[in-house]
Amino acid sequence: MNLVSVAFRNLTRKKVRTVLTIGGVAIAIAVLVSLRGFDTGYQRSLKTDIDKMGYQLLITAKGCPYEAATLMLKGGGGLRYMEEAVYDKITSDPRIDKITPQLVSTAYDPERQDGRGGIALYMGIEKSYIELKPWSKFKSGGWFSGLDADEVIMGYEAAELEQRSVGDKIFVPGKDKVLKVAGIFERTGTQDDGMIFMPLKTAQNIFNLPGKLTGIGIKLQDLGQLSKFEEDLYNEPGIQIISLAQVKGTILNLVSSAKAMTSSVAFIAIIIAVIGVVNTILMSVFERTSEIGVMKAIGASRLDVFKIIWVETTLICVLGGAIGDVVALLGGKTVEIILKKVLPYAPNGQLVVITPDAIILSFIGAVVIGLIAGIYPAYRAASMKPIEAIRRGE
Amino acid sequence: MANEIIIKAQNLVKIYMRGTEKVYAVNGVDIIIMAGEFVALMGASGSGKTTLLDLVGCLDNATSGSLEVFGRDVSRAKEKSLVILRRGHIGFIFQEFLLIPTLTVLENIELPLYFARLPQVKSDLKELLKKIGLGHRINHLPKQLSGGERQRVAVARALAINPKFLIADEPTGNLDTKNSQEIVDLFKKLNKEEGLTIILATHNPTLGSQAHRIVNLRDGKIV
Repeated sequence: MNLVSVAFRNLTRKKVRTVLTIGGVAIAIAVLVSLRGFDTGYQRSLKTDIDKMGYQLLITAKGCPYEAATLMLKGGGGLRYMEEAVYDKITSDPRIDKITPQLVSTAYDPERQDGRGGIALYMGIEKSYIELKPWSKFKSGGWFSGLDADEVIMGYEAAELEQRSVGDKIFVPGKDKVLKVAGIFERTGTQDDGMIFMPLKTAQNIFNLPGKLTGIGIKLQDLGQLSKFEEDLYNEPGIQIISLAQVKGTILNLVSSAKAMTSSVAFIAIIIAVIGVVNTILMSVFERTSEIGVMKAIGASRLDVFKIIWVETTLICVLGGAIGDVVALLGGKTVEIILKKVLPYAPNGQLVVITPDAIILSFIGAVVIGLIAGIYPAYRAASMKPIEAIRRGE
Repeated sequence: MANEIIIKAQNLVKIYMRGTEKVYAVNGVDIIIMAGEFVALMGASGSGKTTLLDLVGCLDNATSGSLEVFGRDVSRAKEKSLVILRRGHIGFIFQEFLLIPTLTVLENIELPLYFARLPQVKSDLKELLKKIGLGHRINHLPKQLSGGERQRVAVARALAINPKFLIADEPTGNLDTKNSQEIVDLFKKLNKEEGLTIILATHNPTLGSQAHRIVNLRDGKIV
């Protein structure tokens, strides 16, 4: 005689009811695990995105710093321009380890997306740009042949999209200009993958923005000097300094307030599931009143009856937890696709990361929920008086 | 052995409350049952035979009077000590059979041993089932059995712990004449060959007349 198999067979009596109850637990656990997975994945991806910019500070023209930073992350255009003179002025500051000027511009390409049209992103850079990103490697080709060469280096995805290899020609839409592909970067998993790079001077010429920049990326020798450095630049007209750590913090703050809301949704789902479990087991206890009575008559102690009902409840939650975990694992990709469509800013990389921790914790949580949910029905069953239970059930 | 007193009740009273009305289900019963007896409690429904069986079977507490089972006063014992008495020494058979529908015949019979924390020797149980003519039904579920077979499984369940006495409440109430007689024959055989004490409640005179002793009850009193 084995309690678990006895309990399991009791659950198979009303199959539909049991399946629905297990489903309720599974959904609650799947929601919980997916949300946790999203939280982990989003933070990780955002961190990677920002860390892979290679610099800690971004100087831009005055405007909303977060808008500017988000645009940088998205690789979007529409930025304000600042004077290159700022770069010349601060570049010799001894506290700076590396510094790189950038000019981002966009062009509408009617041929993109199979003729539906799309925005092509261009960035004018200098050699220091890839010095800040030591992980950027050439898949083929190499660096520009000169400071104002009519050449481009393409990000991995941009090259795929445009079907270009080294030596091919590329046309900047609307700017009567043909450039030659000098190199193609390997995939980095960042916004650089979709970018078309050209020498800073070339970009300034093509887009008719002589002496202009959209941003300056700076990496300091010592991060401890950050606030002093910011203070010194504070009075510089027309510019602002954005610390990427702050941007990261702000985005994560926004995300965590959304998380608080979604967590309460998951919490409510769990409470509903628990109520469902208690209801199901309590109903099955009342349906089996005379059976429980007879078990007590033939020698079941309070503890024996309590255990039988408790095991049934726990079994429901264990099964529900296991199914919920599997659903979360299998459904993670789908959730990811939906989130990427819905979110205004989604970092590159995997958005939903379901860690073994989340699986193990949620499973343990389901077991604990089962143990707690089982207490009341098991107590009710154990407290039945044998004689009354037999007569009432008749 | 034959002179051993198994049950001794003196002025035993059990009062139920039905709303605000007091119901004297058992009203001053004196009875002694010796080991090896086959006793039939008889009377119309409401005469108190089931209530008396519940008390004697240690399923319920008396309101007043004394009740000794194996020399121990159990009239007001706690459920905790009653369950130990029941699972060690008393076999129960009910009118509705009350088998556990999800368990097989063999598992139903194992159940009292499981609760009594006794070793479950499968070969012994199979032997027991063969003895009562259910050797071929071991792995069937109760719903696959006829009424007569179900009640025989219930008898086997009651016998599994080797009880000192058997309590049977209208054991043939849901059976036809042929199956009823088979159950009674089984009782007679157990009583005669193994000396098992049997206390049976019934309102069926044919059945009752086959016991050694008939105790007639009316309005909770022995008449």
